[in-house]
Amino acid sequence: MTGNTHLHEEPSYLIDTGKRKGIMAWLTTTDHKRIGLLYLWSIMVFFIVGGILGEIMRTELFKPGQQFYGPQTYNAIFTLHGLIMIFLIVIPGLTVVFGNFVMPIMIGANDVAFPRLNLFAWYLYILGAAVVVISQFTGNGPPDTGWTFYAPYSTQTHTNVIAAVSGAFILGFSSILTGINFIVTIHRLRAPGMSFFKMPLLPWAVYATAWIQILATPVIGITLLMIIAERVFHIGFFDPALGGDPVLYQHLFWIYSHPAVYIMILPAMGVVTEIIPTFCQKQIYGYKAIAISSLAIAGVGYFVWGHHMFTSGMSKEAIWTFSLLTFLVAVPSAIKVFNWVATMYKGSIDLKPPLLYAIAFIFLFSIGGLTGLVQGALATDIQVHDTSFVVAHFHYIIFGGVGFAFLGAIHYWYPKMFGRMYNFRVANIAWCFLFIGFNLLYFPQFIIGLEGMPRRYFDYLPQFTWAQQISTIGGYILGIGFIILMVNLFRKNGEKAPANPWGGTTFEWQLPSPPPMENFATPPTVPDKPYDYD
Amino acid sequence: MTTEVEHITGYPFYGKVLVGLLVLTTFTILVPWLNLTAFTALIALVLASTKAGIVMTYFMHLKVEYILLKILVVMVLAIYASVILLTFSDYFFR
Repeated sequence: MTGNTHLHEEPSYLIDTGKRKGIMAWLTTTDHKRIGLLYLWSIMVFFIVGGILGEIMRTELFKPGQQFYGPQTYNAIFTLHGLIMIFLIVIPGLTVVFGNFVMPIMIGANDVAFPRLNLFAWYLYILGAAVVVISQFTGNGPPDTGWTFYAPYSTQTHTNVIAAVSGAFILGFSSILTGINFIVTIHRLRAPGMSFFKMPLLPWAVYATAWIQILATPVIGITLLMIIAERVFHIGFFDPALGGDPVLYQHLFWIYSHPAVYIMILPAMGVVTEIIPTFCQKQIYGYKAIAISSLAIAGVGYFVWGHHMFTSGMSKEAIWTFSLLTFLVAVPSAIKVFNWVATMYKGSIDLKPPLLYAIAFIFLFSIGGLTGLVQGALATDIQVHDTSFVVAHFHYIIFGGVGFAFLGAIHYWYPKMFGRMYNFRVANIAWCFLFIGFNLLYFPQFIIGLEGMPRRYFDYLPQFTWAQQISTIGGYILGIGFIILMVNLFRKNGEKAPANPWGGTTFEWQLPSPPPMENFATPPTVPDKPYDYD
Repeated sequence: MTTEVEHITGYPFYGKVLVGLLVLTTFTILVPWLNLTAFTALIALVLASTKAGIVMTYFMHLKVEYILLKILVVMVLAIYASVILLTFSDYFFR
């Protein structure tokens, strides 16, 4: 995508040019890039809190028995850890930060379709987050249900479930509004000549994600309201004592929450698909296959929720159906992995930090995906259900997948976002700590999960001690990695970034670093292929 | 990306659509009184779906939208129908 003459000499979007200055300029901005950064800062703050909670959990689990606090506190901590990590970080995460910052630029737009709605969605996000945090300090103590709010326990526990559920409900609203905004943006604001199959692949991934956001999120919204109705008005939706059905809750919860996994992972796949051709200086292998597989994952992923419920008392026929569908969703995921590796094959590989994270993503996501098949198969799922095997699988997908892709995205677009470079050597050291720490933390959980270590347990049998201790040490190494990473990214003496430090071909690399407030003076010229390195 | 075509619909037409919706709403209210046992819920759902379809077609201008948007709406309805079918298949076989 070169040879365009659509640039102008406006000041960077980081400079306040409007009536308002400083913090007020940011809090009232409707610029998609600034809103992307608002989300980035918010998510970073929540991640620090969620990460510290994780370390506190791991410290308690270093030895069997009670070390520092009791089981009720442990329950509250893992609930808050899950709520923060899932609802405040990984579900919105990549979509709101990089979907906002780069997606409109990549399709040649000056902003999203509804800029004010975009800002409103961020405010809803903050409000929802505040309500979740408030739920920890009000009522009869912090919720102890886990992030899943499983009924009938969530309808009966005396802890502060209603506030936490209300926070999740508000966060869902924010997610829906963002999804609507991105779909309309991609349909209506693409540069003239940019057909769907000329779009870069991150916008494709964001598009597929946005559909899940607007189709699945209302289901969890209604379900959470049903919990409140049952707690407040004793309407028997889920509690058998009131004539309800607890399995119905699980259906409704997972109808959202499994597609939510694809809300998390699809943009991560989109990021990896952007990074790999850039650092291999090679056209992406199987462009259409990757684009369509994003839609296929979104589509098939909508019908596999029942694999979370194989031991919940569903009918055998439903179990078989969901097991089959679960295996089907592996196909488009595998297509992507094949295409990434095929793109790297015979490419001019430049092992810069973003590519390291992308490769780590492929490795860790593959482990997470293949261990997911263990749970998609009926017989083996019975063995590993509700064990730490599931915890390991989940974190390999969410942290190893989404987390590493997020870090890859930060390292990839950091020069564009802030106009400065970071130290590659330090970034590589941080990657080493993160990669080693992550695997030490979660891989032992596979082993003891197979041996029967239950998940969410405060205490454990002595034979699991070795693995728990390796995990805890891994957690500390991971924490050190994050500190190194943040120090590297926050240092102020980074050299000025050129417009295109990596030799990328998509539109954002044609703009100055950082870009001007209004991205393009005139609509950019769209080339035939988005990744043309010939 | 698309060639915009202007469609002007007069207020009297929207008035007629509104009257139609109100008539269907009246039926919705009357259905429980007719004591149709198991069919009550079915008829109520059909009425609700018809009203939603009318709102989408006329008030949300789906009738004059381009074909891709219509396909997307059908796709969404198909997904929701499949989700409901899958959920209830569990209950039928349990």
